[in-house]
This record gives sequence, C-alpha cells and structure tokens, in this order.
Amino acid sequence: MDDFLAARLQMTVSFVFHIVFACIGMTMPWLMFVAELKWIKTGEKVFLDLARAWARGVAIFFAVGAVSGTVLSFELGLLWPKFMEHAGAIIGMPFSWEGTAFFLEAIALGIFLYGRNRVSRRIHLYSGLVVGIAGVVSGIFVIAANAWMNSPSGFDWVNGQAINIDPVKAMFNKAWFQQALHMTIAAFASTSFAVAGIHAFLRLRDRRNIFHEKAVNIAISFGTVAALLQPFSGDISAKNVARLQPVKLAAMESLFKTSKPASLVIGGIPDVEEQKADYAIHIPKLLSFLAHGDFNAEVEGLDKTSKGNWPPVVIVHFAFQIMVLMGMLMMGAGMLFLIFKFKWKENLDKRWWLRLLVWFTPVGFIAVEAGWIVTEVGRQPWIIYNIMKTKDAVTPMPGVQYPLYLITVIYILLTIAVFGLMRRQIKAIDTNPNYLKDHD
Amino acid sequence: MTEIIIFILGIALLLYVLLGGADFGAGIIEIFTGKKGIDTISRAIAPVWEANHIWLILAIVIIFNGFPHVFAVLTTYLHIPLFIILIGIIFRGTAFTFRYYDTLNNDAPKYYTSLFRISSLLTPFFLGVTLGATILGKIPAEIKGTFYEVFMTPWVNIFTFSTGIFMTLLFGWLASVYLIGEAGDLKSRRTFAKTSRIFFVMLTISGLGVFLAAEISGLPLFEKFTHSWIAIGCVVVATLIIPFLWKNIQHRKSLRTRFLAGIQTACIITGWFAVQFPVMVSVSGGPHLTIMNSRAPESTMTLLVYALFAGILLIFPAFYFLFKVFKFRNIEKEKVIGN
Repeated sequence: MDDFLAARLQMTVSFVFHIVFACIGMTMPWLMFVAELKWIKTGEKVFLDLARAWARGVAIFFAVGAVSGTVLSFELGLLWPKFMEHAGAIIGMPFSWEGTAFFLEAIALGIFLYGRNRVSRRIHLYSGLVVGIAGVVSGIFVIAANAWMNSPSGFDWVNGQAINIDPVKAMFNKAWFQQALHMTIAAFASTSFAVAGIHAFLRLRDRRNIFHEKAVNIAISFGTVAALLQPFSGDISAKNVARLQPVKLAAMESLFKTSKPASLVIGGIPDVEEQKADYAIHIPKLLSFLAHGDFNAEVEGLDKTSKGNWPPVVIVHFAFQIMVLMGMLMMGAGMLFLIFKFKWKENLDKRWWLRLLVWFTPVGFIAVEAGWIVTEVGRQPWIIYNIMKTKDAVTPMPGVQYPLYLITVIYILLTIAVFGLMRRQIKAIDTNPNYLKDHD
Repeated sequence: MTEIIIFILGIALLLYVLLGGADFGAGIIEIFTGKKGIDTISRAIAPVWEANHIWLILAIVIIFNGFPHVFAVLTTYLHIPLFIILIGIIFRGTAFTFRYYDTLNNDAPKYYTSLFRISSLLTPFFLGVTLGATILGKIPAEIKGTFYEVFMTPWVNIFTFSTGIFMTLLFGWLASVYLIGEAGDLKSRRTFAKTSRIFFVMLTISGLGVFLAAEISGLPLFEKFTHSWIAIGCVVVATLIIPFLWKNIQHRKSLRTRFLAGIQTACIITGWFAVQFPVMVSVSGGPHLTIMNSRAPESTMTLLVYALFAGILLIFPAFYFLFKVFKFRNIEKEKVIGN
C-alpha cells in the first residue's frame, strides 16, 4: 500500500473511532447530571438508579475516548510531522486550553464516579455539572484547531515558513464558531438519540419498566432540542463554507459549473468525467439562497479550481447527502416527540413509537461520521487549506501500512469489547435490581 | 518565557512520573503480588488514573506548541517506540476500566488482567527508551540511509534499553511505595513493603547500569554529570536519602516513604534536565535541538505561559481536592490500623 494512503487511512480509522466516544463524552455527563438532579429534586429512587447506570456508561466511554484522543494527539505528529512543525506554534494554544478543560473533566469525573459517599451531595452534583461543562468546552477547543485547518489565519506564509504568528487570531478563526456550534449540537443529537434508542429497545421488552421510561424521556428531550436546533447551525455552516471554502461546497453539491442562480442538488450520483450529477433532484435557485441568502446569487463551482486541487467529489457529495438526510430524520422524530408530548401523549407509550426510536439509535452517529467526512475529505488535497498539501506533510517513514493494520485491528477488537461490555451492563440492570450499588 | 515553559514541562513530567507512572507501576506490581493485590490496586487507581494520565498530554502539548520542531523530529525518528507507547496507553486504560466494570463476565477479567499487566510493562519501558534516545544523540539530522539506520538506530541500543528498564523499575517502585499506604490489612502492607524493597534494589542497580550502558554506547554521561553542579547536587541528595528511605519502607511509614520517594524522583528528573540543558534532543551529524533554536516565536511562547498559568490555577486546586477526597484519607486511616 502507498504510504501516503496508509497514513490517511490510519488517521481516518483513528478519527472515525474516536469521534463516537468524543460525542458520548460531551453529552452523556449531561444526561447523568439531569438524572442526578431529578433524584435530588424528586427523591424518586429510579432517578438515582438511572444516574448510577449512566455514570457507569460515562466511565467506560470516557476511558476509551481519553485513550483514543491521546492516540490522535500523537498521530498528528507521527503521521503528519511537517504539519505539526509549522502548525504547532500557531494552533497549539487551543490544545493547551483543551488540556486544561480535559484535566478538570477527568478530576470531576473521578469525584462523581467514586466519591458519592465521600463528598457532600451538593459537591457531588456539582462535580457532575463540571464534567458536562468541561467536556463541551474541551470539544470546542479541539474544534478550534480543526477549524483553523479549514480557515487558516493568524500568520503570514512566506517562503514556506509561518511568520508574524498570532495564536489568538488563529484560534478564533472564521470557521471556528460555526464548526464548534455544529459539532456540539451534533454530539448532543447523536448521543441522545442513541441512548433513547437503547432504552426504548429495553422498554419494548418490559413495558412497565419505569427505569427505561424515564431514561427515554430524558434522552429524547435532549435529542429533540438538539435536532431542532441543528438546521439553524447547518445554515450558518453552509454560508460559512460557501464563503471560506467554495470548492468544498461545490463538491458537496456536485456543482461543476459556476452558476447564477444555482439550483440545489439533492441525491444523485456525481459523474466527475461528464461533470454532472445523474438521477439527482434539482431545486432551482435554492442553493444560491442557502449559500448566500439571495435567490439570484452566483455560486462558485468546481470549474473555478484546477482539477488537481479538487477534493474527491463523489465521497464528499455522498457524505453530505447522508448527513443532511440523517439530520432531517432526527428533526422529524424530534417534531413528532414534541407533538406527542403536548397533544397526543398516549402515543409515547405506543410500541410503534418505541420501535421507531430503536431504529434511530445509529442515525445521529452516521450523521456525525458523514459530516466529518465532508469536513476532512472536502478539504483535500490540503491539510492547511490553500497553504500546505496533505501529501507534503506526511511522515517520511516507509511502511506506514503496518501501524495502520495494527491500529485497525485494535480498534475493531475494542469496538467488539465495548459492545459486549455494554450489553452485559444492560443485562445486569435488567436482571439484578441491586446491581447499581456504589463503587466504593 | 522559555525558561518558565521548560520549568513547567519539567513539573508536568515529574508529576506524570510520580502519578501516572505509578498507575503503570501498579500493573507491574500486580505481576508480583498476583490476585491478592488486584483489589487494592483497582481501588487505588480507579478514581485518579484518568487525571494522572493527563500530565502526559500536558507535556505533549507543551512540546508541540512551544517546541514544534522538537515534536516533529521526535515523531519522525522515534515513530516506532512512540507508537508502541500509544498501544500500551490504549490497552492499559481500556483493560483497566473494563476489568473494573465488567463484573458479570467470568472469562473476560483474565484477558483484561493480562492486557493490563503487559501494557503496564510495555509503556514505561518504551517511554524510557524514547527519553534515552533524546539524550543518546543517534537521531540523524536528515533522512539518509536504510530504514534501520534512520528509524531504528536512534533507539535500538543498549543505552536506551537501559533507560527503558530504569523507567520501568522506577514506575514499579513508586507504585509499590504508594500501595503500602493503600492496603487495608497488615499482611498486604508487608507484601507491598517487601516488593518495594526488592524494586528499590533493582532500581539502584539499573541506575548504575544506565551509566555503564552510556559508556559502552559512547555517551559520556558520567562526565556530563560532573560538569553540572545541579546534577551533582541531585545525585548527592538522592544518595543521602537512600538509608532513610530504606528504613521507612522497612517500617511501612507510608507518608514519609511517599515523600522521600517523591524527592528521589524529583532528583532524577532535575539531574537529567541539568545534564541535558539547554539541549532537548541530541542529534548526530547536525546541530542539537536546544530550547533556544527550536522554540516557537515569542508571541506563541507568551500566550503558552499565560495558558499554562491559568491552567495551573484551575487544575492544582481541583487536583488537590481529588487527592484529598481519595488519597489523603487512606494515609490518615493508616494511623489507626497501621503498625
């Protein structure tokens, strides 16, 4: 295998794996916190059980997320040393802030998980809140670094060297806000729908189980809010990408020719040779509006960029369509939930609704993975957009495929282990009511 | 600014060795104490290992933000040992957590335990190899030659292996020292105290072995030590402590032993920094990477210092609280059960 391809694949595998745990690590503590809060407010023991059950989940997912995140921070250098050599001084700052947030998260998590009988109830509750806040904040900092790759700023690039470095400007680059917003909401939507789906599945088996009923309620409430907010952040993102990375938008939409006005392309199979998308639905003028807020605006197509600098159009296009479709599905489910909650409440207990939620378990994560494919593959061939090519940053070490194979096998095994472990955790809740005792 | 950052890097590494290192060490100790130690070790590590692990992340971030060139050189030429460290980190963290939570599965703990122990042994060794390789000076200035010459020679030799062994024993020894105070019953405390003495002897021998291996590999480590007053001071302090340490381990005084072990470790790291200063990575056939020629521009360094100070203000009180809740209590309890 070509070393460059191997390096890219290893990054992909590491990232695809980590992002799931990162999402759960950002969201799950909030669910756990809300359950804990409800226990304190209502005194109903089911919420305490729920908080404990979710806390176990947080502990497991956090551990995997922490190590797979460590892997990525090393891999930035192991696979892309030239990138880190130049980017380190520019975007290291958000990483150092992320480190601080992550530190606080780990400390607070230790107290929440193992300190129930050692600290006061209030401190215990607050430690749960700190885990939630620190998790989101650390996510936002990491995204600042990624956004900088899409919208590099805070330096001047002269003769292959970065000078006049301004880390603050680099951190608050133009893509940072929209990416952080979009990703944070996505983390909440994906994890909440997954949690709701799992508990809906368990509730289908045991309809009178109040534990799973409360769990579905909390999770789907979070999921609904996130799924309904996401289109707005998506709109901000689209306009931002249109401005900052027109090639990426053109690939997402298979817009080969610069058009005024441009129509929105839904679905279809891009044909790069013929420069058209087959079997697609075209909605006139809509892309102009979505990208620039004006039905007659010009939208830059791929033709403005030399073909050598195109991202892989087919992958980016498909990934984008999948992301949007999954987002729409979650929005629809969220709306249904709201309607049922305020109008036909009895539907929330119906089998078909619970079954629907079960089907939604992976939907959010599919959207997250697809969205990151759009971001990352859509930036190619650049590692720092319009500054440094990915192939120029790759490690000079030959034989990169071997670490790729190894990391792939390890992550597959870990995935199987986590699935097995979660299944046994769930089984333990169902079979043994005394299982959710404290850790110490 | 640069000196402050180097100082904080030193503190981060020291704390990583003292805290994160001991968590790895616990896995090594488990090999010796077997089934009996598992409970104590699990209870001791579970609440704190995640936080302890992050000192390493902090050190990495300081290096790639403040000294990006050093980071690029290390990740290029020491790709293989660093990758093995990563695998160790993955397996140690997940195996430990899974073992702790997977209470329903009867078979799995066996695998988790082996994985936990193997990775606890592997990671410190390659961490030591990596650090040894930065001193040894076999990292080439440019990529020229065979795969072995460029990507293996810098870290495959008797000196780096000796630092790897030293690191492993250091981590194991620290863990055994801490565990004396963690064990509930007198019998386990005796076991840990005994393990601790054995490790201490091995550690001292391997420390001498490092100097010997350095001479064999053509690195005048001893001579370098004699050139630095700080390094000499560190060796003197570390040596003078030995009898007190030995006595305290024998009497299972966990608090005092921990304190003395901390000083020992601080001496080792300070001595190492003093010998190296101002070089961060010794390079063969080119200028060494020093803190001066490989640091980031002033604007980055200034902001990094601010970020580190702000971070420390947040982290240290929180960290103190975490240890107050889970660790200091055990030591207090010791006065009741102890001796």
